[in-house]
Amino acid sequence: MNMHRRSFLTLSASVLAVAATATMWPLRAMAEWVRPKAAFEAKGMDDTFAAMGGTPEASTDIDFMTPEIAENGAVVPVTVTSKIPGTTEISILVEKNPNPLAAIFVFPEGTDPSVKTRVKVAQTCNLYAVVRANGKLYSATRETKVTLGGCGG
Amino acid sequence: MGNPMRIRAVTADGNTTVKVLMSHPMETGLRKDSEGNLVPAHHITTVTATHNDKTVLTAEWGAAVSQNPFLEFSFAGGAPGDKVSVHWVDNQGDSRTDETVLK
Repeated sequence: MNMHRRSFLTLSASVLAVAATATMWPLRAMAEWVRPKAAFEAKGMDDTFAAMGGTPEASTDIDFMTPEIAENGAVVPVTVTSKIPGTTEISILVEKNPNPLAAIFVFPEGTDPSVKTRVKVAQTCNLYAVVRANGKLYSATRETKVTLGGCGG
Repeated sequence: MGNPMRIRAVTADGNTTVKVLMSHPMETGLRKDSEGNLVPAHHITTVTATHNDKTVLTAEWGAAVSQNPFLEFSFAGGAPGDKVSVHWVDNQGDSRTDETVLK
C-alpha cells in the first residue's frame, strides 16, 4: 500500500511539473509579443516602472503634449513624439490613476515614433511619456489639471 | 462585434498618416451603475495596424484609454490602392477588423 502511495505521489508530481512547463512554454516562445500584464496591473509609479524594467531617465528629446487644464478628465488628448534614435516603444502613464500604465505603442521599422490618442485622467497629476530606445528607458513629464472628474482638484 | 471603426489614411510626401476612431465602451471595471453594482471591465487590450499585411503599429492598452478611442500615427510609404487595416481585441474576447484603401 505504502509503495503504491509513494509511486502515485512521484507520478503526480512529475505530471504537474510537465504541465507547468507546457503552460509556460508559449509565453517564452512569444516573449516579445506577450502583453506585459504585470505592468498594466501595477499600482503606483514605482511598481509600474519596476514592472516595465527600470526607472526611466528624464529626456528633453521627447515631445510630449497634453493640455495644461483638462475640463473633462475622461477625455484628455495626448501626443507623444520621440526624437531619440532607435525608439521602439512609447508608453503613456498617468500617475494617480488606479493603474498608472494606460497604453504601450510598439513601433516597427518604418513607422514614425509618434502617436496621438486620448486617455482618462482621474485627478490632477503628472502624466509621463516613457520611451524605450536601444533597450533603455527615457521619460518626459507634464502636469495636467483636471477640473471635472470623480475627485477633481 | 463592435460597431465599425472610422479609419482615415492620407498619404503626403511619401508618408501615410492614419487616424482611427474606434467604437468601444472602455469600461474600467471600477465604475458603478445607478444601482451601485460594479460595471465589469470591458476594454480593448490589443490594437494592430497593418499596411498591405505588414504590421505598422502594435498597441497594448489598459482601461485608461478613453471611451471610443482615438488613435493617430504615421508610417513611411503608402501608395494609391494600398490597404490599411486596423484590428482590435478586447478583454471579453470580442474583436473587430476594419480596413480602408489609400487614395
